[in-house]
Amino acid sequence: MPAEPLPAADAVIIGFGWSGALIAEALSAAGLGVVVLERGPYRDTASDFPPGFAPDELRYAVRHDLVVPTAQNTITFRNRAGQTALPVRQWGSFLPASGAGGGGVHWNGQTWRFRPSDFVLRSHLLDAHGHGVIPGDVTIQDWGVTYAELEPFYDRFEYLAGISGRAGNLRGRLQQGGNPFEGPRQRDYPTPPMRMTLAPTRFADAARALGYHPFPQPSANLSEPYTNPLGVVIGPCSYCGFCERFGCGNYSKASPQTALMPVLRRRPNFALRTGAEVLEIARAPDGRHARGVRYVDADGVERYQRAELVILAAYTFENVRLLLLSGIGQPYDPRDGSGVVGRNYAYQTTASVQLFFDDTRFNPFIGAGALGMVVDDLNADGRDHARLGFIGGAHLAAMQSGGRPILSRPTRPGTPRWGGAWKHAVARDYLRNASLGASGSSVSHRGAWLDLDPTYRDRHGRRLLRMTFDFHANDLRMIQHATDRLAGIGRAMEPAAMVVNERRGPYSIVPYQSTHNVGGAVMGPDPATSVVNPWLQSWDVANLFVVGASSFPQNPSYNPTGTVGALALRAANAILTRYLPSPGPLVSR
Amino acid sequence: MRGRRAWLTSTALLALAACAGPNPPVPQAGSTPPQAVLPGPYQFLTLAEAAALEAVVDRLIPPDELGPGGREAGCALFIDRQLAGPFGRSESLYLLPPFLDGTPEQGPQSPLTPAVRLRAGLAALETYCRAAFVGRAFAALPPTVQDRLLSEIEDGTLALAGVNARAWFDLVLQMTMEGFFADPIYGGNRQMAGWRLIGFPGARYDYRDWVERHGVAYALPPVGIGGRPGWHDAG
Repeated sequence: MPAEPLPAADAVIIGFGWSGALIAEALSAAGLGVVVLERGPYRDTASDFPPGFAPDELRYAVRHDLVVPTAQNTITFRNRAGQTALPVRQWGSFLPASGAGGGGVHWNGQTWRFRPSDFVLRSHLLDAHGHGVIPGDVTIQDWGVTYAELEPFYDRFEYLAGISGRAGNLRGRLQQGGNPFEGPRQRDYPTPPMRMTLAPTRFADAARALGYHPFPQPSANLSEPYTNPLGVVIGPCSYCGFCERFGCGNYSKASPQTALMPVLRRRPNFALRTGAEVLEIARAPDGRHARGVRYVDADGVERYQRAELVILAAYTFENVRLLLLSGIGQPYDPRDGSGVVGRNYAYQTTASVQLFFDDTRFNPFIGAGALGMVVDDLNADGRDHARLGFIGGAHLAAMQSGGRPILSRPTRPGTPRWGGAWKHAVARDYLRNASLGASGSSVSHRGAWLDLDPTYRDRHGRRLLRMTFDFHANDLRMIQHATDRLAGIGRAMEPAAMVVNERRGPYSIVPYQSTHNVGGAVMGPDPATSVVNPWLQSWDVANLFVVGASSFPQNPSYNPTGTVGALALRAANAILTRYLPSPGPLVSR
Repeated sequence: MRGRRAWLTSTALLALAACAGPNPPVPQAGSTPPQAVLPGPYQFLTLAEAAALEAVVDRLIPPDELGPGGREAGCALFIDRQLAGPFGRSESLYLLPPFLDGTPEQGPQSPLTPAVRLRAGLAALETYCRAAFVGRAFAALPPTVQDRLLSEIEDGTLALAGVNARAWFDLVLQMTMEGFFADPIYGGNRQMAGWRLIGFPGARYDYRDWVERHGVAYALPPVGIGGRPGWHDAG
C-alpha cells in the first residue's frame, strides 16, 4: 500500500555520513530545501560520547555500538562463484557504520589525497609499461576525473576538517618533511602535524637510514584548535587512545558532528530524520526520473518522501543494494562481464609486523587514530611493475592508535593464550611492543562483485547484498613485496623479537582488516563500464547522484575518506553550477 | 530450565523477525550511559555453573605473584552479567535462517546465542568430569588436572558430548579476557587488576603532556569511567 507522499523537498539525501553531510551543507547553503534520511540513531558529542563514557573499549570496540547491527542490515559473503554465500552474522573484516555522522564518527582520521596517477590508473600503466603488465581478468579503469580537477575539492575538504599535516609538494615544489610523492597542492595543510610518540619516531629514524622518505600521517585528529571556513571550532586532540571505533569526546576528531552540524542545525531549510531506513528509490513511469524515496520511519511506519533530486550517499554496500532493489542500472553479470551495477568491487590488502623490545617503553595507550609516521616510497607509480610482477603498491606506517587491552595486547611468539606463562608475558610485553602496518591497493577483477543474494533477506523481506570476493594473485604478490620491506624496517629498529603477519588467501570475513569497501557503483566516462558519470550522476536517472567510495573503480592503498569528501564536494558543486541551471544529463550517453 | 527458556526466547524472536514487512530500526544503545554492574548474586548462572566457571577463569588467569586471578578480578561476574544482557541473547545479530555450515572464511553461522552455548559447554564439562573423576566436579579437581583438561579442550583432543568444545573454549577465553581488561563498570577487572598487571591507565583521556616524553613510565594510577578504587566502595 503506497504511503501518502510527504511534501516535496528540493533534495533528499540518503545517509548522513561525510558524503551526505557535505552535500547537505553545500545544497542548503545555496538555499535548497534538504531532507536527510539516516537509518541509524541521532548522535552528537555531548549526548552520545562525552568523555565521561566515551573511553569504553568493551562497548564500542568489541560490541560495536556505533556499527549497524547485523540484525538490521548485513551482507552475505562467499569467496567465489559456485559457493553458497552465507550471511555475515557478526561483523569482522569490516565495520559499516550507522547513525548520524556515519563512519565519520568512528573513523581513525587518516586523511589522504590519492596520487595523480591513481585517477588514470589504466592509461598510466599502459603508457608506462604496455599491455602485458595488467592481468587479463583485472578490470581496473580510469576514473573520468583528474587529480587537478579534484584538487580544489580536496583543499575544501581539508580546510573544513582542519587536517593536520605537512605539505610535501606545494605547487610543484617539493617540501622538506612532507610526502614527496603526493600530487601538487595549492597550499599547506590548515594545521601542523601531530606530535609523535616513540614508536613512530623510531620507525621514521630506521626508515630514513634505509633511504626511505618518512613523513607524519595527515590527520583529522587535530594538532591544535582550529576554526573552519564555516566558523565552527574544532578542538585539539588529547591523544587519548580511543579513536578508531569510538566517537570523540573532545570535539577534536573531524566528523560531520564537529565540522558541519553546528552550522547545519541552524538552517531552517535543513532537516535530518534519523531511524529512517530507505526501502527504494521511486521513479516516474518512464524510469528516467526519480520521484523520491520510500522509507520506514523510526516508528516502523512506511513513508514516501518526494524530491526533485535524490542523493544516494549511504555506505558502499547500501548504495549498491538500493540501486539493485530499485532496478536502476543494469546489474553486472560476471559470466560475460556485461552490466555495471555491482561491478568492480575492491577492498584493501593489508599486513603487519609486531615488534617486541626488552627494555624500551612505548606507552602504547597514548594514541590517536591518525598518529604515526608513514613511508610512501613503495606506492604505485614510478616503479618498474613489469620487473616487480605486480601492479599497485602499499604505504608502510607505524601508527599508534591506542593500546586498548581487550583487543590489543600482543605477546611474543610462542606465548600460550592463557595461564601463568601468558600472564607473565602480557605483563612484560604490553608496554614494550610496537606495531607496523602495510596498507596496500586492491585491483578490481572479474572474480569480485556485488549482487543480490538469492536466499537471505532482511527483516523487511528485502534481499541482502551478496559479496563475492577473494584477493587477486596480483595483490598477494604486491603485499608480500611490501611486507618484506616493512619487516626490513622493523629489523632495523633492533627488536628482541618480531612477528611478521603476512597476508595470505583466501580472504576471510572474520578478522578485522579494513572498512575500506569500495566500488560497485563506479564512476567513469563510459556508461558501458560505469554506473555514474564523472560528476557522480547516474547514467540512467539524471536527477539521481550516487556518492561515496562506491564510485571508486578500484582501490589505491590510501584510506578513502579524503577522496570521498572531495568527490562529494565536487558533485555538490556540479549540482549547483551545472545541473540546476539546466536539469538533465551532464554528460550525454 | 533457564537454558530452555533462553532457547525458547531466541526462537520466538526468530519467528518474529522472519515476518516480512516494515519494521522499526533495531535498537542501538545510542546515548544511554552504561549501567554499572553491582556486585550481588549471579543473575544468569546457577550456583553450580558459577562454581565451575569461577574455577575455569581462575585457571585461564591464575592468581600469582603478579596479582589476582580471574576469579578475584570478577571475570565470572562479568560473564554472568554479559550473558544476562543483550550480548548473551545475540540481540543485535542477524539470526534469520537458513543456518548452513560454511567455510571458516564465512564466519560463525550458529543460531545458538552465547548464553546457550556457554551453558551447554559448562554442563558437558561437568558431565565429563563426574564420569572421569568418580563424581567430582571440575571445580573440585586439582589445578594441574584442570589445566590439562582445558588444554585438551583448547587443542581439540578432548571432545565434550553434544557441544563444539573448541568453540566453547574460545568463547570462554574471549569473555574471560574481556572481563579482565574491560572497564570495571561491567563487573570484571576489579580493583583494576587487569589494567594494573600490564600498565594500562584506563580512561585517562588526555596524554598531551606525555606524548613526547619518550620511554618514560606513566606516573598516574589507572582510572575507569566510574572512577577509581578508593573513590567509593564499588571500585
